Amino acid sequence: MNALENVSHDAALSRRGFLKGLVAAGGLVLSVRLGAQSVLANVGAVGADDFSPNLFLSIDKKGIVTILAHRSEMGTGIRTALPLVVADELDAELDQVRIEQAIGDKRLGDQNTDGSKSIRDFYQPMREAGAAARAMLEQAAAKQWGVPVSECKAREHAIVHEKSGKRAGFGDLVEAAAKLSVPKVGDLTFKSPAQWRYVGKDHKIVDARDLTTGAAKFGLDVTPEGTVFAMIARSPVIGGKVKSVDSSAAKAVKGVLDVFELPGPKPPYVFQALGGVVVTAKNTWAAKKGRDALKIEWDAGANASYDSKEYRKALEAAARKQGEVVRSRGDGKQALADAADTHVAEYYLPHLAHASMEPPAAVAHVKGDKCEVWAPVQNPQAAQETVGAALGIDPQNVRCNVTLLGGGFGRKSKPDYCAEAALLSKRLGKPVKVVWTREDDIRFDYYHSVAALRMEAALDKDGKPTAWLQRTVFPTIFSTFMPGATKGGAMELGLGFTDVPYDIPNLRCEVGEAESHVRIGWLRSVSNIYHAFAVSTFTDELATKAGRDPLEYTLELIGKPRELDFDGAEYPNYGQPKDRFPADTGRLKAVAELCAQKAGWGKKLPKGRGQGFAVHRSFLSYVAVVAEVEVGKDGKLSIPRVDIALDCGLVVSPDRVRAQMEGSVIFGQSLTLHGEITATNGAIDQSNFHDYQMTRMHEAPREIHVHLVDSSAPPAGVGEPGVPPVAPAICSAIAKATGKRIRELPLMKQDLSWS
Amino acid sequence: MRYHMQLQVNGKTVDLEGVEPDTPLLWVLRDHLGYTGTRFGCGMTLCGACTVHLNGVATRSCMLPVQAVVGQKITTIEGLSPDGEHPVQKAWREHDVAQCGYCQSGQMMSAAALLESTPNPTDEEIDNAMSGNICRCGTYQRIRAAIHTAAKEAGK
Repeated sequence: MNALENVSHDAALSRRGFLKGLVAAGGLVLSVRLGAQSVLANVGAVGADDFSPNLFLSIDKKGIVTILAHRSEMGTGIRTALPLVVADELDAELDQVRIEQAIGDKRLGDQNTDGSKSIRDFYQPMREAGAAARAMLEQAAAKQWGVPVSECKAREHAIVHEKSGKRAGFGDLVEAAAKLSVPKVGDLTFKSPAQWRYVGKDHKIVDARDLTTGAAKFGLDVTPEGTVFAMIARSPVIGGKVKSVDSSAAKAVKGVLDVFELPGPKPPYVFQALGGVVVTAKNTWAAKKGRDALKIEWDAGANASYDSKEYRKALEAAARKQGEVVRSRGDGKQALADAADTHVAEYYLPHLAHASMEPPAAVAHVKGDKCEVWAPVQNPQAAQETVGAALGIDPQNVRCNVTLLGGGFGRKSKPDYCAEAALLSKRLGKPVKVVWTREDDIRFDYYHSVAALRMEAALDKDGKPTAWLQRTVFPTIFSTFMPGATKGGAMELGLGFTDVPYDIPNLRCEVGEAESHVRIGWLRSVSNIYHAFAVSTFTDELATKAGRDPLEYTLELIGKPRELDFDGAEYPNYGQPKDRFPADTGRLKAVAELCAQKAGWGKKLPKGRGQGFAVHRSFLSYVAVVAEVEVGKDGKLSIPRVDIALDCGLVVSPDRVRAQMEGSVIFGQSLTLHGEITATNGAIDQSNFHDYQMTRMHEAPREIHVHLVDSSAPPAGVGEPGVPPVAPAICSAIAKATGKRIRELPLMKQDLSWS
Repeated sequence: MRYHMQLQVNGKTVDLEGVEPDTPLLWVLRDHLGYTGTRFGCGMTLCGACTVHLNGVATRSCMLPVQAVVGQKITTIEGLSPDGEHPVQKAWREHDVAQCGYCQSGQMMSAAALLESTPNPTDEEIDNAMSGNICRCGTYQRIRAAIHTAAKEAGK
């Protein structure tokens, strides 16, 4: 039974309204500033009934604790996990805790639920929010009883004075606590891990019941009174324009209200509405039928030249030429030229689409210079800014209500669909719901980059590399934000490329140039996907060539436990300081050894079956995967078992972390087996789940075993780092099973048969 | 022209005034009747998010014209049990199956129909019954475990 209660959407709104009113009235509200100098500051005097020592927490006179979830829920359980950190420090009872979803509000700090950083960045602020409230309640009780505050302790939703046996519920202390000043962070005390009741323990997510009864509300489920439904026919080629449109048949569809053009954006596209021909209607089906009936001629524009077959050749040619050196140790170029034996391999991975089960959707209602939005967004503040810019109004006048997200994977941090809804609502003066079909979602995504990579190694007599060259070429995410950007930046290169962890005397990392012809965006684990694939697969190739065990060989290349210095390369380290989150090869090796041991690495298997291994650090976490495959002589692949081990530092929600690892295996398997987006004449070839396939139940491993490293290191990423090692582990297992080396994805078009 | 169609949804007779007869059942449920627990995922019967029971049989509702099911018995996730305590719903919570949860209405409807026809399904039978339902979050392992648990519970 789930004790936590989810506050309904409307109740949440009114409470947020109340909190805002409280600020305006000079009520007691703290702003929790985030980062190293986290400060709790009392910004006003007492002025309301509730005790609300900071934006994240309030307690009413009945003792009901309401905690704000300011990160978006797309399946990680974060909307439960962070509030539980607050509740734990407060020593609240969960049957008296309510969780409420925050609107977009920059006072809450970063709300971009992206980059696997919610726990990493907010674990400590949430502890502070809970500890500050607890300290004030203790102080209020001490005053009331005339005893030293050091003798008053929070226990199970009350403050108790053990010596006298006095006890007061949180609700009884609210009035007195609200009159106190908020303690400084430096004066706060925190529970010891042994005292934790919720952190590190398993709990039901707050939405568990609603998700099993159909009551849960996603973006597509919001339909305010008077809503007009809209679908948009967008140019099949990015940057294309409407040449002519015949809307007579569309207008004749029963339920269609109007057909009109929405101007397209000028680059950079950022999160702007794509424009096109809009069909508005009384319901979703009429909008769809109306759109299907449009006859549009498009002027495709410059991106009509984009053809994936030709583009691949250009990428591969760039990968064969010297690029910009982004990390260098020794003289890799010379060592390769002098080597008696070398090994060279090229890898190619296609574009991917996010394909969250809930396609993008948004409702907007513009009233004068204000706009209210309801949408499944990973980044409600970006939605405020995007809508503000689209309408020419102050982003602070955009109220963004965050629904549950039916998956996100990075797509829903790009709120172009909110801008569409807002522009249409402005024109109509009514609430407008923009619905994306699956075809819209697949054809108008912000695509994960296609990439070509080239690896070269000079080998000594034992088959160990004396020099290592790696070159990566991919259209950069920055092209979506800066027209003409043609080279991956330090951010993308820092995702598994410049941080290659090997102790090799001569090392050279280069990046080549590539143009972008579609909107490029980030997808779960981003560039780590192709970088980990090339580095891990190449390592497996070298081990195989040397007749060595790939695990042992990899561990030797990683070398002794140390903190990587990146040879002076620019390495953003996921925005975190290297002293707090070093790239620690000791942890990398330990997670690899743990996974291998649990998976029964090296067990004897008949031909046609094999194990493959990969280990990778990303989002400041360490993940190893051992995949076991079976390949029939006819090439039929199955993956009976996958082991995945994770060291992400402190674990707040063990079961949800396990769930993320299980999901990462399936996500990784989908991109390995099926994931491929291509373009012909500038238009995306795929459209729905028949030609952009997902791993389904019958293909999924019967066994996924998750192994978590027990750690007290600062909490690091979980949502993304499980993905990158999956593809290389599966493909190395196939090589072991069949002798066939896989150097490109996806597998569905490749012949895996053997004899 | 006015259409007079009736459906039996979750045990209630509902009138469909002014609904176009070619409207897929999914959109009738969602836009006209407010049963939003049935989800839109693909519109081509490829993903199973829209699965409902039609006379007890798991059926994709996204391409099924409502005129084809007039008068027939429809059950949505909201009507699977009166109190959310169907063995499948309980097992889903026991195993913490849902991640984002968007596909899970359809998954549970497919699973419930499977257990009606096959009270003790093997893993192969689960594969066959459930492979039409995509979960992008990748909860398949827990779905399988939850179905086995629900089978045991229902068999008690």
